[in-house]
Amino acid sequence: MESVGMDWTAIQTVVWTLIKIMALVMPLMLGVAYLTYAERKIIGWMQVRIGPNRVGFLGLLQPIADGLKLLMKEIIIPAGANRGLFILGPILVIAPALAAWAVIPFTDTLVLANINAGLLYVMAITSMGVYGVIIAGWASNSKYAFLGAMRSAAQIVSYEIAMGFALVGVLMAAQSLNLIDIVQGQSGGLHQWYIWPLFPLFVVYLIAGVAEINRAPFDVAEGESEIVAGFHVEYSGMAFAVFFLAEYANMILVATLTSLLFLGGWQSPVPFLPDSIVWLFFKIGFVLFLFLWFRATFPRYRYDQIMRLGWKVFIPITIAWIVVVGGMMQTPYGYLFH
Amino acid sequence: MTYTTAIFYFFAAILVFAGLRVITARNPVHAALFLVLAFFTAAGLWILLEAEFLAITLVLVYVGAVMVLFLFVVMMLDINLDKLREGFWDYLPIAGFVSVLLMIEMALILGSRHFGLDVMATPEAHPADYSNTKELGRLLYTDYIYAFELAAVILLVAIVAAIALTLRRRKDSKYINPAEQVKVKRNDRLRIIKMKATQKPGAGEGGA
Repeated sequence: MESVGMDWTAIQTVVWTLIKIMALVMPLMLGVAYLTYAERKIIGWMQVRIGPNRVGFLGLLQPIADGLKLLMKEIIIPAGANRGLFILGPILVIAPALAAWAVIPFTDTLVLANINAGLLYVMAITSMGVYGVIIAGWASNSKYAFLGAMRSAAQIVSYEIAMGFALVGVLMAAQSLNLIDIVQGQSGGLHQWYIWPLFPLFVVYLIAGVAEINRAPFDVAEGESEIVAGFHVEYSGMAFAVFFLAEYANMILVATLTSLLFLGGWQSPVPFLPDSIVWLFFKIGFVLFLFLWFRATFPRYRYDQIMRLGWKVFIPITIAWIVVVGGMMQTPYGYLFH
Repeated sequence: MTYTTAIFYFFAAILVFAGLRVITARNPVHAALFLVLAFFTAAGLWILLEAEFLAITLVLVYVGAVMVLFLFVVMMLDINLDKLREGFWDYLPIAGFVSVLLMIEMALILGSRHFGLDVMATPEAHPADYSNTKELGRLLYTDYIYAFELAAVILLVAIVAAIALTLRRRKDSKYINPAEQVKVKRNDRLRIIKMKATQKPGAGEGGA
């Protein structure tokens, strides 16, 4: 009888976890949909256009209409494509983009899985995303797709190193890999946030983050003016939409991580206002706005410049700053670096 | 069978399958992808052993970086499988010798006489707040500091050697100096000349 009871609690746990996952993924997908809307509106305003304004009030139903359109379209599998891997590509892109959210905390208690090595987990899972891009590019059996995949692989692997080193600085300051501990290490107001002692690492993380998610000005993987659309040129309908969803989910993920690691997460910037999840959303929104602003402002980097920036500028900066942080921690001024 | 045991057998089955496919898959890209699956599953098994730091690092380093470059190379190379398989029977004796050696080594280490439950007690499960990242770091930087530093120096030598081997300056290709590019001012490239108008105003080509 006891084993039956055990099974029942196990089933309960599984169902309850699934409900929690849905409660996380549903708002995320809604956020993705309206991020595309925000992107088109904001870039429109920056270029003195109106942006989408036909579907629904102020064009607010535009993302829904786009999603429906993509759902109705046929998924074409090219004749020479490697069928299994062609389907696997988009799945391998979206899976890490969603799985990484498992350890992201929204407040002190609101988190799906509060694990010790949270930061490491996020780094490991996001590093898996590149496989989807490579497999999609290779399985398409098209030279443009393949070139895009090769570019993307080199770029993501290069910038991951700089990104990882920037995170090493954060874990040195927080002395923890747990994301909740990292945020709690920044309590006490605006001046306690890690952005100040780790400012060079913050800048490197933000820019490397843009490169990791293949956004302008680092979007050579797509490079529509050079290689038409890069790795997803052969994809259509929902298969294409999955790449799109993953890119925007990753964008929100990087913005969230920047807010948690450098901008104090849900901590209020001033002591007299309470900490709340609203602060976190506000900070995420701000970083996302920066991403959109970058896209409207900067022209695409040349490929050799991307490689130079990653290897010869960012990695030395991060290593130097880690040494500075480590050295300063041994001096009486160590409290400045927590 | 407990939940953990079920998960172990699930992961182990995938690992064995992926390992077999690495050596039997005809397409080298498929073989590399199965190796990725094998690494990822092995990381899952390590998590079951409470070695979460090693498991996540395995995914981060081997799956996230090493295998990407591996795949990169395999995709770029034109590999002729039939030619690779030609020497199968010639190499079989050496391969057999190596695998027998591996089996003997594994048997020596894993023999139940030395590592059985009666020799070594079952490791106790640690509480949830136990951080093996911290423990590993403490051991590496105290008890094993010399070995650790030695490994680091060997790696550094390997890096320097790899760079020195591939570094060559080609005289016939043009290099860009980014510092000079950034420093360029308008006046270095552009000259504004004052010149007299060749036509009187208003007397343009046919009138605009």
